[in-house]
Amino acid sequence: MSVLYLVVPLALVIVAVGVAGYLWAVKNGQMDDLETPGIRVIRDEQ
Amino acid sequence: MATTVTPSPIARAITLECTHCGLPALGVEASDGSVFCCSACATAYAMINEHGLGAYHGFTERRSAAVTPSGRGFIDFDHEAFQSRYVTRGADGLAHVELALEGVHCVSCVWLIERVPLLVTGVARAELDVRQSRASVTWDPASTDLSAIARTLDALGYTPHPYRGGARALLRRKEDRAMLVRIGVAGAIAANVMLAAVALYAGELNTMDAASLSLFRWISFALTIPALVWPGRVFFTSAWAALRTGTIHMDVPIALALGAAFTRGAINTVTGSGPVYFDGVCALVFLLLVGRFLQARGQRAATDATEQLFALTPATARLVQLDDSILDVPADAVGVGSVIAVHAGETIPVDGEVVSGESTLNRAILTGESADVQVEVGDTVYAGTLNRTTELRVKVHASGEDSRIARILAQVDESARRCAPVVLLADRLASRVVAVVLVLAVVTYAIWASRDPSAAWDHVIALLIVTCPCALALATPLAMSAAVGRAARAGIFVKGGDTLESLSRPGWLVLDKTGTLTLGETTLVSWTGDDALQPMILALESASTHPIAAGFRRAWVGVAPSHDFSATHTIGGGITGTVDGHAMLIGSPRFIAAQLPDARWSDWPTDDGYTPVIVAVDGSIVARATFGDAIRDDAAASLATLRARGWRTMLLSGDAESVSQRVGTALGFAPSEIVAEASPEEKAARVRALVEASGAGRTPPCVAMVGDGVNDAAAIAAATVGIGVHGGAEASLATADVAMTRDGLAALVALDDGARRSMRVIRNNIAWAFGYNALGVTLAMSGQITPLIAAIMMPASSLTVVLASWLGRTFTPETR
Repeated sequence: MSVLYLVVPLALVIVAVGVAGYLWAVKNGQMDDLETPGIRVIRDEQ
Repeated sequence: MATTVTPSPIARAITLECTHCGLPALGVEASDGSVFCCSACATAYAMINEHGLGAYHGFTERRSAAVTPSGRGFIDFDHEAFQSRYVTRGADGLAHVELALEGVHCVSCVWLIERVPLLVTGVARAELDVRQSRASVTWDPASTDLSAIARTLDALGYTPHPYRGGARALLRRKEDRAMLVRIGVAGAIAANVMLAAVALYAGELNTMDAASLSLFRWISFALTIPALVWPGRVFFTSAWAALRTGTIHMDVPIALALGAAFTRGAINTVTGSGPVYFDGVCALVFLLLVGRFLQARGQRAATDATEQLFALTPATARLVQLDDSILDVPADAVGVGSVIAVHAGETIPVDGEVVSGESTLNRAILTGESADVQVEVGDTVYAGTLNRTTELRVKVHASGEDSRIARILAQVDESARRCAPVVLLADRLASRVVAVVLVLAVVTYAIWASRDPSAAWDHVIALLIVTCPCALALATPLAMSAAVGRAARAGIFVKGGDTLESLSRPGWLVLDKTGTLTLGETTLVSWTGDDALQPMILALESASTHPIAAGFRRAWVGVAPSHDFSATHTIGGGITGTVDGHAMLIGSPRFIAAQLPDARWSDWPTDDGYTPVIVAVDGSIVARATFGDAIRDDAAASLATLRARGWRTMLLSGDAESVSQRVGTALGFAPSEIVAEASPEEKAARVRALVEASGAGRTPPCVAMVGDGVNDAAAIAAATVGIGVHGGAEASLATADVAMTRDGLAALVALDDGARRSMRVIRNNIAWAFGYNALGVTLAMSGQITPLIAAIMMPASSLTVVLASWLGRTFTPETR
């Protein structure tokens, strides 16, 4: 099971990248309006 | 496409809907066969189609309210004083402004508003924030003016105002982002610790080698530390703050459970024996943060409201200087005694006295009456009223915070703040649960310490985890936000869940008359006479803009007016003319009596509170029509239902005594429940008195104020729950806790239903969470469950609450 010592830290690195991306998105204002974009996308299709 | 559509008058009157807004179409017809309820809708329709945006009218879910443009020129938007305050210039030469829009209620508004760049050349971008009704517009000042953009938005029915909540908005955005960051981090950690926990639980069943077991334990340990130090810190700081001030609230046992479980888990990790509780700890932090975020967002919506109100008065004033030149200054900075100029189409920025000019004003913002009034030199005018026809010079009596409108708005703000925060049912329970749990934990430890010291610690942790008020904490906010979401889909916009809690305790239901119980427009109430007269009357009235003329036209849509006629108007009296060779008179009884002294008309039936109109042909009286503000069809039935459910009703009107009495009596109000000729301030005072009289207990009966005008805004804010009805002024909708986009009073019944059902879901949730906790406590204290089982039981109870909240049938969409 020694592969765990490689895979688990790797998984954690991926999580860290994901969290960092999320933090960037929040600080960049992507989450400031949680309602309108959802509506916008539906309306654009029509 | 057919250019002329002429079905029978009756069929048309029943079936036709305004092509733009879907309301019954009664007047204006376009060449392509589309019909409209009003000319404003026709204008908006033409504008939308002209720019290839016809797809708007294909949306099934679109704004179902008539377009009500303010008709302002928005010239002040181009002034330097305005621009320096609200407009920012980018490096690329583009200008940017944040506008608060009226009338944004539905999803198709997003589509339309964000296509403004197609409607006005020179606009680079327009983005809408639906929740805050705020549009951010970027345009090229070289190719268009802000006033042109504003006029376009206005014509579409979205009257723009400068957005003034800048500083507060920044602060709020910071808070929101911090919350989202905490939730995101806590969620990511919780998910991964859960994964490690799955490996550990699976490893216990099968055989996992000691090294791997230890690896996963250390990994969850390492992940839990940041979860507690970063997102979880809020619980510890708030628990600490509570303890320091000698109070106890929900965060105390949460912090205690988190701390104890983490410490025990850490010790077990280091010693390599016994269970770790890290999965439970991380899940708890995440779920609690989500619950709090939902709650905060609901409460936020309520505070947004009063901010929007302050956008109603203009930001700048034109100060007339000694040499008669005009200087634009901020409206708040105008000194008492100075003279300002107010152009036609502008809103008056100060209170004062007219010193030159005469004009008509629309004072709907203060009085709620839609009819314009004449003003001349010497008359007092108020800030917020709209100058319609010609330029006025006004000597300032009060400006800024001293103006009448600002004082009314201050009252609104004060009422909003003074209204004690409704302590949610779950919070009341939770604070008691907390104390009980802490006592039980001590008892458990005491019992087990003497019997089995090694297990005592485990049992205490199991108790703290299983009684975690997590489900209790989620029970209310989750059920509320689910109910509020369902309500919105049913056309009822509720700000904040506590509103629903209040509404579930019937008390007084105070209703405004004009526009709320009645349609708010001059309607033909009765017609006694030959229908063959209708084309002749329409012909005579065709050139008139009088409300009575409009009433005839609305009532007889589809009747073609006679072509051969001539007409002369007498102001305040009636119309004389000839139609198809017959001499005709239409007018008030007094006008007819003056014209035809010999004609007998006194034996015609009279209805109190209505406006009679007499028709005479060739010197003899042949028909009589009465006009009035008709009562809504569903008003009587809805009021009866609500009264049967325990609401006491009161009619609170600014209108005249006779009219209020007639409407009130027809709808079953007792004479003592009818209050007429009430000013905005008096309305607020009445409502406040009712709120005070209903007691200051923990669960006082609800005093709900239902209204539609700005004159109701202060009363709406003073009520426990303020309700703004369909088509109401934006200011009343803004201060209201509930805004309806459904027509009529049936929506009130739906709201009452929904509030009751929501509270039932919440009570069930709480009962479930309570029962579950009681069971958990029994098991934990008797040493029947390990902390591991407790950690599994705890989220199961939360999950049940989540499912019950989302599946609860609270509000049902409108069926029609």
